[in-house]
Amino acid sequence: MSLKNVIAPFSAWARAVQKPFTVPEADTFRPGADRYRGWHINDTKQCIGCGTCGDICQNGAIDMMPVDDATKGDSGLRPLVDYGRCCWCALCVDVCPSGSLGMSNNYIWIDRDPDVFRYIPGVDKKEWDDDSKGWRKEEGFNLVDPDRVPMPMMMPEEDRVKTWAEVVLGYSEKEARAEAARCVECGLCVAACPVHMHIPEYIAAIRDGQYDVAVNQIYDNNALPEMCGKVCTRHCEDVCSIGVNGDPLAIRWLKRFATEQFSDLSAVLSHDQPQIGVGKSVAVIGGGPGGLTTAFYLAIRGFKVTVFEALPQVGGATFFGIPKYRFPLPSLEKQVKLMTDWGVEIKTNHKVEADEFKQMQQDYDAIYVGTGLLKPSSLRAEGEDLPGVMPAIEMLIDHHLGKTVEVGEKVVVVGGGNVAIDAARISRRLGADVTIAYRRRMEDMPADHEEIEDSESEGVHLITQNIPLRVEQLPEGKLDFIWGPAEMVSEGGGRPRPKLVEGVENHLAVDKVIVAIGQKPDLRWLPTDVAEKITNSWGGITCDENGMTAAAGVFAGGDLVNDTADAVSAMADGLTAVDGIINYLGVGSKTEEG
Amino acid sequence: MSVFDYNTQPGFDLISETPNAGTTVDPKEVQLWFGPQHPGITGNMSVQLWMEGDSIKRGITHVGYLHRGFEKLMERRKFIQSFPIVCRMCVAEPDTTEYLLASSLEELSGLDKEVPEKAQWLRTLIMEMSRLQVTLMVLGGQVGTMGMGTAPNWTYTLRDFLLDSFEELTGGRVYHMYIAYGGVRRDLTKGFAQRLEATLDLIEERLPYLDDLILNSAVFQARTKGVSVVPTEWADEIGITGPTLRAMGVASDVRRDYPYLKYPELDFDICTAEGSDIYARTKVRRDEISQSIHIIRQILQMMPHEGAYCAKLPNMLTWTIPAGMTYTRAESSRGEMGFVMVTDGSDKIRRVHLRGPSYTNAVTILERMLPGMNIADLSATMVSLQTCPPEIER
Repeated sequence: MSLKNVIAPFSAWARAVQKPFTVPEADTFRPGADRYRGWHINDTKQCIGCGTCGDICQNGAIDMMPVDDATKGDSGLRPLVDYGRCCWCALCVDVCPSGSLGMSNNYIWIDRDPDVFRYIPGVDKKEWDDDSKGWRKEEGFNLVDPDRVPMPMMMPEEDRVKTWAEVVLGYSEKEARAEAARCVECGLCVAACPVHMHIPEYIAAIRDGQYDVAVNQIYDNNALPEMCGKVCTRHCEDVCSIGVNGDPLAIRWLKRFATEQFSDLSAVLSHDQPQIGVGKSVAVIGGGPGGLTTAFYLAIRGFKVTVFEALPQVGGATFFGIPKYRFPLPSLEKQVKLMTDWGVEIKTNHKVEADEFKQMQQDYDAIYVGTGLLKPSSLRAEGEDLPGVMPAIEMLIDHHLGKTVEVGEKVVVVGGGNVAIDAARISRRLGADVTIAYRRRMEDMPADHEEIEDSESEGVHLITQNIPLRVEQLPEGKLDFIWGPAEMVSEGGGRPRPKLVEGVENHLAVDKVIVAIGQKPDLRWLPTDVAEKITNSWGGITCDENGMTAAAGVFAGGDLVNDTADAVSAMADGLTAVDGIINYLGVGSKTEEG
Repeated sequence: MSVFDYNTQPGFDLISETPNAGTTVDPKEVQLWFGPQHPGITGNMSVQLWMEGDSIKRGITHVGYLHRGFEKLMERRKFIQSFPIVCRMCVAEPDTTEYLLASSLEELSGLDKEVPEKAQWLRTLIMEMSRLQVTLMVLGGQVGTMGMGTAPNWTYTLRDFLLDSFEELTGGRVYHMYIAYGGVRRDLTKGFAQRLEATLDLIEERLPYLDDLILNSAVFQARTKGVSVVPTEWADEIGITGPTLRAMGVASDVRRDYPYLKYPELDFDICTAEGSDIYARTKVRRDEISQSIHIIRQILQMMPHEGAYCAKLPNMLTWTIPAGMTYTRAESSRGEMGFVMVTDGSDKIRRVHLRGPSYTNAVTILERMLPGMNIADLSATMVSLQTCPPEIER
């Protein structure tokens, strides 16, 4: 031990006169770093209340609290953070599908009352609500998978118009399970689905490879899942929380995958519903999705149900409206077979008239009316009566009944809904050069946007913002479709309206003008007294919350009743009518006992 | 065998071991609880001592004050939810366990092939920063246990500057929760490298001053040289790793022996010392501070500035990993840490076991060394063995 070592520690004394190595204790507020994980903030307008933050929180520090009424795509719930449990890991922020949740860089908060350390960020106002600094979700680190497993499609695209085969090929097992694994099970889709299908449950079952469980979940409230799995308008995917910052779950394709796993559904579906309807009979007029739903769920409960369908095939618009490259006939027949196997009696080519309806009111305990919209709306332009101007709905029915439909070489389809797209794609497959003329902008088109893209890839032209002026006859049976451009004007609070730009006329020489601007109800077959009682101002039917019309025992649903005009809404009406009929006939208490 | 029968088993006869149990009590023997509330103890543990004068006759260690059942908790949580748990297995140095969790599950899931280059560098950076800050803390703590207050103040100040860098990079000063599956959670901030370099320069500038207070101090040398020597024969017998092993002159380091992350591309020395006493272990730590600074500077130089910092992750709420088992290891500041990880194809860990150096150091070595030790050396010995109790009772 040297003297040097003895003296060495005394070098620290130099600090008594020089600048110290330590820093004085800070008595002023020191802000956290720019990405500090401090108190939570939440943009409540951006938040959709999906609850994924609560699901990932391993401490259970986040509860979803009701703060507002639920709306489409928003549960009305907002996260409440309990700082007695929170460990500031910020997984909630990194998983947040909407990106609304964040953490401020403020970390100091002193209070005598321990209960205040539970608050709903964004709702309970805090001084750090507007902090721009702190931990935020970043694109490079995502705990959910925003990218959808691509659906295999018929390729190349040019070949699609040469065949009526299905364009969408369906997921393989591996693809379906990978897609199902993207679900965060928030359940926003359930609220958005008109029939409130058990979507997170069946997606979880698909993910786990339990397809029989999935199909049973699906059939619990959807009697036409294979149809829905192929052509549903999918309100569910519109609200999917993953869809806020990514591709929504392919809920429709997953349902399609599950139902396609079984050729004989009766072998996997449970049929143990209490037979409460034995001895009761119900007539269903119109074999569309709403009518078939009503018939199926009544029949499996023991009711004697007869479906009366005017066309040679049930299915309604899903049969005669939806082209076979989207929804092949065997798929429909498979589902209808299950219905007939389980007790639904179907009478096709049977159009009910007024006298028969009167007799039905005597013979049956309840009647469900779901005859849909079949009367085409008129073009309201000069020349609409010319030969060659035809309603899309008639063209679709003729085509699906196997009649020859002449579309010529060049066709213009007026309208922007799914019917317009179907008419256009069918005409394309019949060999025509097709143009769709729509009066608003492309983003306003009510048709499914995937369908619009598909039709464009198949060579369908699209003209937007135009107003048909008149149709004139040209030599050799051709027609001159004359239209004027429109500009979009916003009036009041509604969506922008197209307004004609005066003085400009465009000409399009075509063989056919197919009009697809909507359909109206046609209830002339109803007895006058009943019709007077139950129809409303626009010619449809008004129902109460049980699906019953003003006429006792007469229920209704589908496009006649709701303004959504899609299959799944009609099915929801059907389910409402099922409950309504059970209650009306007073057999419902047995359900509770059973 | 019930717990009440436990004391009747041969070899576990705790009651008769205690002085009060028998009929004869040695009047010179005093029973003393050292900890759990004692500034000289390392963390939340205690040592039960039987003293004669100021000499320890024997003693046993007690843990359990910090038991939160991490390993069992992780079996009940989804993979992503285990991630905020592991950092708590060693409070002072959370990054090693974070890395072990991420790398073991990445290996079993096949995600390891997708971890971006930049993420590898960032992981290496934060692991080395972590080793540096812990070593600084322990170096100060070492002399603190001997009554020297100045050096700990200096080292803790330097460590706090490093914590500023952690805060800037990870959003947290102590629990970083930074290394996630597939990479890391955030990229470097603008100007981070310059600020970290400045801190490194400051540490390097002050090291000679610290040397004068610690290694060069005659008092420190007198208190530590030849004190609490860990016999070299124990190394293989009880699996000693880290600075304790290197202080025996054995150049063993997981970073060199089982290379991981970017360590094979970095130039660094394995610091060793001779004597296996407290002084040797302190000397190893002192040298490792310089090596860590050297390594971090290289990382900041060699690291790519562009590119992703995390792989594209599957949905973490439904992520499942095929059945498998693996052992991953990394060099923490205390020695080799490893995870035995077992998965069963579900969305949760089937079993995880942490192999930490603290068990060897704080329980096995310490209990063997206690007989004959002076009580004044106990704190210094425990710190020199660098104990992290939550890692023992994970």
